[in-house]
Amino acid sequence: MSIRVENITKTFGGFTALHGLSLDFPHGQLTALLGPSGCGKTTLLRIIAGLEQADAGTILLEGEDATDKHVRERQVGFVFQHYALFRHMSVFENVAFGLRVKPRSKRLGEAEIRKKVMALLDMVQLARLADRFPAQLSGGQRQRVALARALAVEPQVLLLDEPFGALDAKVRKELRRWLRQLHDELHITSIFVTHDQEEALELADRIVVMNEGKIEQIGTPQEVYDHPATPFVYSFLGTSNILRGDMADGKFRPGGNAGSLAYIRPHELMVTRQGGPDAIAATVRRVFEFGALSRIELAGENQSYEVEMPQAERASLALQAGDAVFLQPRRLQVFAADGPDYVI
Amino acid sequence: MGIAKGRNVLPGFGLSLGFTLAYLSLIVLLPLSAVFLKSATLSGAAFWDTITAPRAMASYRLTFMASFGAALVNVVFGSLLAWALVRYSFPGKKIVDAMVDLPFALPTAVAGIALTAIYAKNGWLGAWLEPMGLKVAFTPLGVLVALIFIGLPFVVRTVQPVLEDLDAEYEEAAASLGADRLTTLRLVVLPTLLPALLTGFTLAFARALGEYGSVIFIAGNLPLVSEITPLIIITKLEQYDYAGATAIASVMLIVSFALLLAINALQAWAGRRAAGMG
Repeated sequence: MSIRVENITKTFGGFTALHGLSLDFPHGQLTALLGPSGCGKTTLLRIIAGLEQADAGTILLEGEDATDKHVRERQVGFVFQHYALFRHMSVFENVAFGLRVKPRSKRLGEAEIRKKVMALLDMVQLARLADRFPAQLSGGQRQRVALARALAVEPQVLLLDEPFGALDAKVRKELRRWLRQLHDELHITSIFVTHDQEEALELADRIVVMNEGKIEQIGTPQEVYDHPATPFVYSFLGTSNILRGDMADGKFRPGGNAGSLAYIRPHELMVTRQGGPDAIAATVRRVFEFGALSRIELAGENQSYEVEMPQAERASLALQAGDAVFLQPRRLQVFAADGPDYVI
Repeated sequence: MGIAKGRNVLPGFGLSLGFTLAYLSLIVLLPLSAVFLKSATLSGAAFWDTITAPRAMASYRLTFMASFGAALVNVVFGSLLAWALVRYSFPGKKIVDAMVDLPFALPTAVAGIALTAIYAKNGWLGAWLEPMGLKVAFTPLGVLVALIFIGLPFVVRTVQPVLEDLDAEYEEAAASLGADRLTTLRLVVLPTLLPALLTGFTLAFARALGEYGSVIFIAGNLPLVSEITPLIIITKLEQYDYAGATAIASVMLIVSFALLLAINALQAWAGRRAAGMG
């Protein structure tokens, strides 16, 4: 089912959570709503689900106005951040809940419910824990029960609020991969909310970057990462070094009146022993050598820099703390305070 | 070596258990055993005659039935009150919240006199109810009303904190799975509240069993009709029939204890269920 959101506005007391947002979620795609906490992403998700009412605007589900539809009738599966599993019910009963509360005329027989629930539990690899209670499960298992419970009612849309937020790093990575596989099998239109840019980049077909109740950028992970539309998106998606300078003849020159800001990723800064034109002088402060990439922290005149380079490159440069070196950007993105941006 | 067998991570087990038992014996067990000792001065037949006298039997029936009924009424309306106090905000909420505790604080005799004044034939409510054929004051119904009054805070105060902790997420989850409000209340909210409801019920019930002050004013105390057991005990005491009074008291004690034990067992089961332990 496709979802269309038009001019959604929502305020809580004096605080405006969403400023007239319009968005399209095409059928079958997995979209991430990415942004810092308080940016309105969860509010938007809850409005789409029908758990919250917008002050103004419309929600269209499959082209049909669903703004005033109750959450019960929207056919959305919602996975809550803390799962909201019913504590007094077994895993089986939790998953069966949506099937059991159907009106009598649409309700399946006990045997069919059993079959369907066990199939869902098989899918989330929890069939052997059907008789356990939520309190006896690990975080990752609870998350999968919540997912199976939401899928049991065959929703047209799957909405996930910070699905991996409460899990430790290792489980989070496994579940992420598993959820992507599941989505590729089911092809159900899905939206998930996250503040973790790595999660959004790895998992989503499309990313909507939000900040302060507005949309900053919409695009594929590649587009958003390689061509951030705003300084906010650039700095939110990863570590960045920021240079102050001016644009002259289509080229960025550090220093000067500082009317422009150049953003550079750590792996896009080159370290050299000899300075060139426009090279920035810096002193090596610390070198981190673990992993495939070495990370180097440097101190410039008034600011610090972070550089990443392959081990071999660092070895050939023989970098050590205290060395005076020069920095040269390979690629940078310039944002002017009041103009279009440049990529060099 | 350092970790001797039987040593607990939390120190002072022996001390605290010893203190608990000694204190409980001094404050609770000792006076209660005095009741049984005193009643044992009666011969077996006399004891049996005292506790099965028609007036005594009628009073047990009234006391236990009215207490049970009042506790039931309080569970229903007390939890409604708690629900309104937790889930909604309305002007004067703080005042309503404070008013719930009044039956705790009010001397029970004052409550009894106030209730009697209102429900008597010429009282505010009695003047309306009696022409409709509903006599409250000086009937068993009056006993029920007084017991409802004094038991209300127990249910509200036990249910309220549990409701406050019950995240709206559970109800939202149920709604997103297609459950209507009534089904959500029945399958999601009520099972979570059950242990608190049972606790509130037990407290209100236990309080009502022992209630004396508020009831005697409104009950009218007609033998065989509206006479509660505590009043029979007091009457016997006033006639210096200590053995008879303690005989009746021991019946109250044993039955109350058995009932409370049963409710506690039920409560423990409901608690385990609500916590998802099987």
